[in-house]
Amino acid sequence: MGIGLSAQGVNMNRLPGWDKHSYGYHGDDGHSFCSSGTGQPYGPTFTTGDVIGCCVNLINNTCFYTKNGHSLGIAFTDLPPNLYPTVGLQTPGEVVDANFGQHPFVFDIEDYMREWRTKIQAQIDRFPIGDREGEWQTMIQKMVSSYLVHHGYCATAEAFARSTDQTVLEELASIKNRQRIQKLVLAGRMGEAIETTQQLYPSLLERNPNLLFTLKVRQFIEMVNGTDSEVRCLGGRSPKSQDSYPVSPRPFSSPSMSPSHGLNIHNLASGKGSTAHFSGFESCSNGIISNKAHQSYCHSKHQSSNLNVPELNSINMSRSQQVNNFTSNDVDMETDHYSNGVGETSSNGFLNGSSKHDHEMEDCDTEMEVDSSQLRRQLCGGSQAAIERMIHFGRELQAMSEQLRRECGKNTANKKMLKDAFSLLAYSDPWNSPVGNQLDPIQREPVCSALNSAILVSRSQRKAAIVNLSLLGPRNPQSAKATSSCPSNGTGHTMSRTDGSIWNWILCIRHSGRLPTLAMHFKSSHYIVAFSQHGSRPALQI
Amino acid sequence: MKNAVIGNNKQKANLIVLGAVPRLLYLLQQETSSTELKTECAVVLGSLAMGTENNVKSLLDCHIIPALLQGLLSPDLKFIEACLRCLRTIFTSPVTPEELLYTDATVIPHLMALLSRSRYTQEYICQIFSHCCKGPDHQTILFNHGAVQNIAHLLTSLSYKVRMQALKCFSVLAFENPQVSMTLVNVLVDGELLPQIFVKMLQRDKPIEMQLTSAKCLTYMCRAGAIRTDDNCIVLKTLPCLVRMCSKERLLEERVEGAETLAYLIEPDVELQRIASITDHLIAMLADYFKYPSSVSAITDIKRLDHDLKHAHELRQAAFKLYASLGANDEDIRKKIIETENMMDRIVTGLSESSVKVRLAAVRCLHSLSRSVQQLRTSFQDHAVWKPLMKVLQNAPDEILVVASSMLCNLLLEFSPSKEPILESGAVELLCGLTQSENPALRVNGIWALMNMAFQAEQKIKADILRSLSTEQLFRLLSDSDLNVLMKTLGLLRNLLSTRPHIDKIMSTHGKQIMQAVTLILEGEHNIEVKEQTLCILANIADGTTAKELIMTNDDILQKIKYYMGHSHVKLQLAAMFCISNLIWNEEEGSQERQDKLRDMGIVDILHKLSQSPDTNLCDKAKTALQQYLA
Repeated sequence: MGIGLSAQGVNMNRLPGWDKHSYGYHGDDGHSFCSSGTGQPYGPTFTTGDVIGCCVNLINNTCFYTKNGHSLGIAFTDLPPNLYPTVGLQTPGEVVDANFGQHPFVFDIEDYMREWRTKIQAQIDRFPIGDREGEWQTMIQKMVSSYLVHHGYCATAEAFARSTDQTVLEELASIKNRQRIQKLVLAGRMGEAIETTQQLYPSLLERNPNLLFTLKVRQFIEMVNGTDSEVRCLGGRSPKSQDSYPVSPRPFSSPSMSPSHGLNIHNLASGKGSTAHFSGFESCSNGIISNKAHQSYCHSKHQSSNLNVPELNSINMSRSQQVNNFTSNDVDMETDHYSNGVGETSSNGFLNGSSKHDHEMEDCDTEMEVDSSQLRRQLCGGSQAAIERMIHFGRELQAMSEQLRRECGKNTANKKMLKDAFSLLAYSDPWNSPVGNQLDPIQREPVCSALNSAILVSRSQRKAAIVNLSLLGPRNPQSAKATSSCPSNGTGHTMSRTDGSIWNWILCIRHSGRLPTLAMHFKSSHYIVAFSQHGSRPALQI
Repeated sequence: MKNAVIGNNKQKANLIVLGAVPRLLYLLQQETSSTELKTECAVVLGSLAMGTENNVKSLLDCHIIPALLQGLLSPDLKFIEACLRCLRTIFTSPVTPEELLYTDATVIPHLMALLSRSRYTQEYICQIFSHCCKGPDHQTILFNHGAVQNIAHLLTSLSYKVRMQALKCFSVLAFENPQVSMTLVNVLVDGELLPQIFVKMLQRDKPIEMQLTSAKCLTYMCRAGAIRTDDNCIVLKTLPCLVRMCSKERLLEERVEGAETLAYLIEPDVELQRIASITDHLIAMLADYFKYPSSVSAITDIKRLDHDLKHAHELRQAAFKLYASLGANDEDIRKKIIETENMMDRIVTGLSESSVKVRLAAVRCLHSLSRSVQQLRTSFQDHAVWKPLMKVLQNAPDEILVVASSMLCNLLLEFSPSKEPILESGAVELLCGLTQSENPALRVNGIWALMNMAFQAEQKIKADILRSLSTEQLFRLLSDSDLNVLMKTLGLLRNLLSTRPHIDKIMSTHGKQIMQAVTLILEGEHNIEVKEQTLCILANIADGTTAKELIMTNDDILQKIKYYMGHSHVKLQLAAMFCISNLIWNEEEGSQERQDKLRDMGIVDILHKLSQSPDTNLCDKAKTALQQYLA
């Protein structure tokens, strides 16, 4: 019997530990197997009635086992992420019980976690700061400032720098440029985003062919979605709901938060009922309408959508037609979602956006995008010309992929990315297909982050905000890699994950003095495998 | 003055030389002095005590302790605290004899009463107690004055220092003291039993000092018999905590203390030894204790080197001690220890270290490992362990001699390949010397080793033993007050008197004395084991060819054998039976006369009776004996 960990795709017919990306502790000889057919002497043997525990420490990427509640010491170090608990049974009739924590563990895992929390807390407490007066403050201000700059909140960054007597390292214009590109990506307008990038940072994408490829694939997906500018202008109708992103940059600061945050917005966009996209509306109003107004508007709409038509019309005539199409009363919009998502971003948009910017946005965003469940989403917005354009673009993409392979060698990530994107066309309703999640606006985030990082690197800014780098250093080999390698191929996403969780975590410490992110890691990924007796046969308890 | 001396040892020494201490003490004791003045005096004295050991000595010479203890009677809390602080500093100095705390019988009760005054009195008093409680007498004094009840509730104090000092108090109170330990188990603090509170204090997020000290408390309570060794608070809490204290992440001092405490905890219990041996790779972890000072520390950092050097001995002896405990009973663990990188070399090197502590621990470790037959035959032989061991045995202090000679007993076992070379290097003389020691443990080991040595040995060795031991010494040992010595001496006699030619040879030279000794013991007040052993000696003698006659011509002895055949204890009956069998055995010369004589004594009747015995062994023996008559 072997107990251990495996990555996805490891052969399930072999004991854990024997194959690549697989790790195990075997009961017959007590050896540990680290992706190898030959074991190392590790611990005692185990048999019927023993309770074996397996604990993965996600802070230092190590693993130790326990036998009947006694820690046997570190078995593996430098573990890769995303491992699954694995039990291999070899003898006929073997039975195991698994305990993932539904019953108390024999080993005192709580105590172990307490030790680590204390350790990390002490590490933070002992973080070296110059003794001279004010250095603490300066450092925190730098952290905040770099965070703002990194994510392109130029107005806030400017105001913050002014009030704290700091200099912003990056020119404001540059921040705004990045912000503009980010907005385009997050709005799904990839064609424009690529074009703007090429205009503003001429050699950037040439030097990063993989990044360009990633962007182009995303553009293809957005074409399918009907949101990309190239198909939008061809479409007879306005783009569909998937363009749910407010044009102002959403603070996607915290990846660990982003799923839930993103979900809110998604609900807004494609929830059960119809959803309206208000970003254009905001830029029109140019900050005149307060959050409160939004909310009351929303409430009234809830009662009767028709009532709002005149009001909307009065603001922008071009919308009226769409709003008239809007037939559903089943408007499912929660006010807190509303204020969380759109409300918050609207204030950002107001603060950050310059007037020129607003104008520009007005041009493209004046249409109010409305979707309802009654209106079926159609490929490329339903226009035949757009579909043809999309097919043509797909061919170009295929050619580009082949060329990339010739020049840079095989790239499985690229290959998979393209295959997944093309798979969308295999379904009559791509949005509800198994590969439909690609159309989700959330998927724009990693692309956006990778592009932002690449621009910053090219301008030799910090790729990650100081906040993310200074505190704990690289948390794991992955994040270390992400900071040193080219940010194409989605590694930027990995980085943003780490960045965000630390950022989030620091905020939480300030609020509650506890380390919730850390606790969450443990909760979600700690598991203990344990055996207990069942009759005379060996039994495993996980 | 106060401001001048703070943190300045030179100024402190200057003031003392200038005679400040008597003056300060005068002001402190003067009734007319205001409390503020008295307090300031106590503070300055406390500051002076913080200096060098010489400062403390000067203060002691001026009889500062009675003056400060007198000050504790004052009603003013600030003054009391200042006095206690100064007393604390003085009593924690190694130059202060702790007896000074106990000379005045009223002091302890008064200190107990002061415990309720403030967190500072609590901290200082606990610290004084934990430093001055040395040995069972002090423990009893403190215990009788209610130390347990008075200090227990301090474990939940809000002040970390108070909690910590209270905890230390309990560790010194419980050490090797069943009375205190049994009381502690049942003490309730805020509705929780003391052991539970200790368990909470060894949680992994608590300061290391606290974890270590509460693990000590639980260890001492367990060793004193107040907590079972299979209790979860020992098996799942204390033991793992102590193993963690041995890890590389801990400071060298903590690792030493952790290993020593763990060695003490698991020493008597094989199950705990087994658990410790698989916990966190402890055996491999301990190998790291031998890597100080490391080659790196020497180059990079003189301070570090100094620190490492200071602790190197302590680390080594702690590791040896823990290895000794780990390998005390379990063969597999011994094997694991010996298979650890260069471990035998390290232990053998340890035998010749200058530090007595390290040598003692190394010998203990080897002794523990020498209980393995397999290791005796292999590693012990490969590493010629006997050589440094024989060296250790020359002129070593008693404590080392006791352990080293125990180990020698094992190395002299008949199957040990070291036996020959040890004999050749003069072990007989050395062991005979040990049997004359004042220390009963050394006498036992000496005679024990001789007994092992004589087991199935050749004639020459037996003669050597008898010659260098001398019959006088042999008889002295037979009347030794220590039962163990007596038993092993009889064992030695029995081993000497085996195989017929040896029996005849020895009996021909020492027969008279031996028969005398045997008679003496059989007549004396001794327990069953001793008598049985003696009867076995007689049976051996009866196996000799000429030696038989010594029994047959001794009616007194024959009567005794007859008596023991009818004894109520089967073991003794059996042993006496052996004698008779040997005497009446048919094929031997003169068996007919012996049979006749014994029949006349009424032995045959007894044999008939015994052949009906419910004990099958005895019954068979009796029947075999009767057959000798029939043939």
